[in-house]
Amino acid sequence: MERGAVRAVDDVSFDLAAGEFIGVVGESGCGKSTLLFAIAQLLAPPAAITGGGVTFRGQSMVGLTDRQLAAIRWKDLSVVMQSAMNALNPVTSIGTQFKDAMRAHGVTSKAEIADRSAEVLRMVGIDPLHLRSYPHQLSGGMRQRSMIAMAMLFTPELVIMDEPTSALDVVAQRSLMVQIKELQERLGFAIIFVTHDMSLVRHFSHRLMVMYAGQVAEFGTTEQVFESPQHPYSIGLMEAFPSIRGPRVPLTGIPGSPPDLARPPAGCRFAPRCPQVMDECAGTAPPLYDVAGVQVRCLLHAPAAAAAAASPARAASTSPAASTSPAAGPGTTSSHDSGGADE
Amino acid sequence: MALPVSGIPTAPDPTGQLPATVPGSAAGGQPGQPARHALARMGRAIRSNRKATVGTILLAIFVFAALFPGLIAKDDPGADAYQPKLGISTAHLLGTTAQGQDMWAQLVWGTRDVMIIAFVVGLAATGIAVLIGVAAAFLGGLWDGSLSLLTDVLLVIPLFPLLIIIAGYAHGGGTLVLILVITVTSWSYTARQLRSQALSLRRRDFLEAARVRGERRLYIIVVEIIPTMTSLIVAAFLTNALYAVLFASSLQFIGLGNPNTQSWGTMLYWAQNEAALQTGQPMWALAPGACIAALGAAFALLNYAFDEIGNPALRPVRRKQVKRG
Amino acid sequence: MSEPVSAPGGEPLLRTENLTKHFKIGSALSRLTLHAVDDVSLAIGGREIVALAGESGSGKSTIARLLAKLHKPTSGEIYFQGRPVSRIRSREDTLRYTGLVPMVFQDPFSSINPVHRISHGVLRGLKLHRGELSGAQRQAEAERVFEIVGLSPAGEVLQRFPHELSGGQRQRVGFAQALALRPKLILADEPVSMLDVSIRIGLLNLMARLRDEEGVSILYITHDIASARYVADRLIVMYAGQIAESGPVEDVLASPRHPYTQLLLSAVPDPRAPLDVTAETGRGEPPKVIDPTPGCRFRWRCPLAIEECHHVTPQLAELAPRHAAACHVAQAHAHTEVKAF
Repeated sequence: MERGAVRAVDDVSFDLAAGEFIGVVGESGCGKSTLLFAIAQLLAPPAAITGGGVTFRGQSMVGLTDRQLAAIRWKDLSVVMQSAMNALNPVTSIGTQFKDAMRAHGVTSKAEIADRSAEVLRMVGIDPLHLRSYPHQLSGGMRQRSMIAMAMLFTPELVIMDEPTSALDVVAQRSLMVQIKELQERLGFAIIFVTHDMSLVRHFSHRLMVMYAGQVAEFGTTEQVFESPQHPYSIGLMEAFPSIRGPRVPLTGIPGSPPDLARPPAGCRFAPRCPQVMDECAGTAPPLYDVAGVQVRCLLHAPAAAAAAASPARAASTSPAASTSPAAGPGTTSSHDSGGADE
Repeated sequence: MALPVSGIPTAPDPTGQLPATVPGSAAGGQPGQPARHALARMGRAIRSNRKATVGTILLAIFVFAALFPGLIAKDDPGADAYQPKLGISTAHLLGTTAQGQDMWAQLVWGTRDVMIIAFVVGLAATGIAVLIGVAAAFLGGLWDGSLSLLTDVLLVIPLFPLLIIIAGYAHGGGTLVLILVITVTSWSYTARQLRSQALSLRRRDFLEAARVRGERRLYIIVVEIIPTMTSLIVAAFLTNALYAVLFASSLQFIGLGNPNTQSWGTMLYWAQNEAALQTGQPMWALAPGACIAALGAAFALLNYAFDEIGNPALRPVRRKQVKRG
Repeated sequence: MSEPVSAPGGEPLLRTENLTKHFKIGSALSRLTLHAVDDVSLAIGGREIVALAGESGSGKSTIARLLAKLHKPTSGEIYFQGRPVSRIRSREDTLRYTGLVPMVFQDPFSSINPVHRISHGVLRGLKLHRGELSGAQRQAEAERVFEIVGLSPAGEVLQRFPHELSGGQRQRVGFAQALALRPKLILADEPVSMLDVSIRIGLLNLMARLRDEEGVSILYITHDIASARYVADRLIVMYAGQIAESGPVEDVLASPRHPYTQLLLSAVPDPRAPLDVTAETGRGEPPKVIDPTPGCRFRWRCPLAIEECHHVTPQLAELAPRHAAACHVAQAHAHTEVKAF
């Protein structure tokens, strides 16, 4: 059904330093998976990057040929998918898949291949004899871990993970997260970790980005976003998790649904569901404001509103800093990412 | 088409998200006008997709010719009324045959026979395929085993030689015999397809929900399963219609139809008989051949178009220069 | 393994006795059996929400399907309102039972037929199970239950197609369809797992309201302990096809007796709690139980396993009021709490 173009990701900009762990949190339709695919240059038609850019280690990724991308992929940048069963080849053994990946990047020595394969498996806590196993012979947790092992083959500088634990049980999830963090601290790679469950990355990420309806809602250090969330959506999201400790309190969640991105609303995209909505929210699309180092896309933090909150008279006009033209032209799916200099 | 919600990007599709529900402004059907709305949607879909537009126009031309041949060709196709072997002229748009019949009239009137075969075989073969394929998938067990065996046996037997043998026995029976013969031998292919599609749908929760609700099996097959397979069934119809045209024309060409019926295949038969290509009457063979190809293409284009409309990931990409940096 | 009856005196609403379900796996010639559910005896009372929690492969979904009569038990019996469910044979009796014990499915995107309007399922359900109603009465009833679950305006929503509704709304439709049959017990198979986090609470609140205002019991199947705690009165923890622990939800969470429960609780991510990295995070995973030998199925992952655990399958035994666990070690130290994780 033709509904026109959908701007799945709108004006997302961030810098990623070497060895940094960024969590991207959001619910269905927020654009986090599209963002990930865009960064890895894996978007397939009808999806496409229509504005902005992705810079990796100082080099622009957009517009590279497949050959150039292939050289970067896996050596410098690798991707861990959500479901290993979908990403691993079901008809070849794990060892063969590792071998294929290494051969594709020019490693020919059999000894080197065997050594490295065993090494990465040991790194994730799997006995190397499983190199002979087929994916379906391994448990879910082991499959995910072998996907991560495969991503480690060339110790890339950046690993992108798309909800790698969501197919796993709680116990396996926890042990996988600890494993990932351990590997990161040992090998020093950067991680972009996409998830819908923010409690998963609470103890692991340096910075946290909350996405809503294709835009950045809040972005700051994990500590700040968890301890004192500024955006009503982040606040709502945190409170939507019932706790197993502490008193049982009635919760409300965030009733409603995200907007249809084929017809994005003129004003704030969260306004229809916002418990703190104001009159101007429906008409003005808020830009990202800086609140003590945290970026927040909410009119509550517009400088005029902040001043007006101090005085009883409410400013009736829209906030002065409300220009929201995204990076370039119509239809923007922009993202910015640069690894720290290491030359 | 279920939209992925658990975050699994089946295709990095920017529209892979839930529609917002604003009370009163339903994105889909309006209560009370489902048929009209569906037609409007179809119209939009056809106009937006090139393959669909071309296929529909072609098919429409042939359907018109089959329904109103007298409006297009004034002559009686069977009458040996003219000078034989005339070339192309304004009186005879394609010339005349070796028996003095107007070729254009033959071509146009012959459309009716072909279209009847295409649609009747298409409907009949698809009907059988749906019944057998879906029943096999849903009933499972012994039913599935025996129905699949029947389907597979027919699938494995070389179709064309079988057609020849059967048509040989029924020699001279004309269009009806052709329809029967082709239907009986060609339903197995699409039955297999529909069975595997139905199998993959079997695990859908709404079927289990219907079972838990207490619905009878026949009800589930007819009301719950088959309606969700309409696009597959339409695709099966187009496939069967396409093959019906090709098989029928081929049989008529080798003389196993009734050579006195007006049809493109029989034109080819007579053209071959009179060595048309070698004796300077190329249109006698080329014209019906071109029509067979065109009608076949129409069905095939519509089939592809259906796929594309249903699955946006298959749509052709217009490669644009991606902006650098 | 039997669980103490929790309903105040008399027969509970639904009770299972040594319920067992095995599946034959492999080729036609293999004799391997998968023990999906082994010897489960549980009870559900009126007006309560019982959470059946466990990881995938624990057997919880199989139990739901056994209770819904989608599978036949290999052995054991289910008693509904005191009467054995296996004796229900005729179509009429089966319809009556499935009307009293309907099921709500997990996947909002495949549990409603996309081709028909929303009204289709609920009206069919009414036609089959409450045949005494006229057409107009059925429509009125459909609108009534839709209003109860919060789908408003009911008449308008009923005319929509499934793709026009969000995931949360579709799950509400599932509950409405069940409610229309005037059930006593709703089997909810992971009803919120596939919904966005911000929407889940709304549905959990709905379930609590159904219990309080409509007097319906709910068997809430989930792998998410936190949501179980939020909405349930009692919690049953399953592991590898057997019940590991059961009791009032606060008691089980405050003092978990079974080592598996302890492991589960320690692994639940809680943004408000500091990360306990010293806790043994357990590398193993729940086994696929194929032709098991006797003994506790958790023994390979349990730091407290003793000799007896390898030979004797533990039975559920009450360790505190209405709080039972199937663990030899926990039972031996019933008056203290043993910490495995």
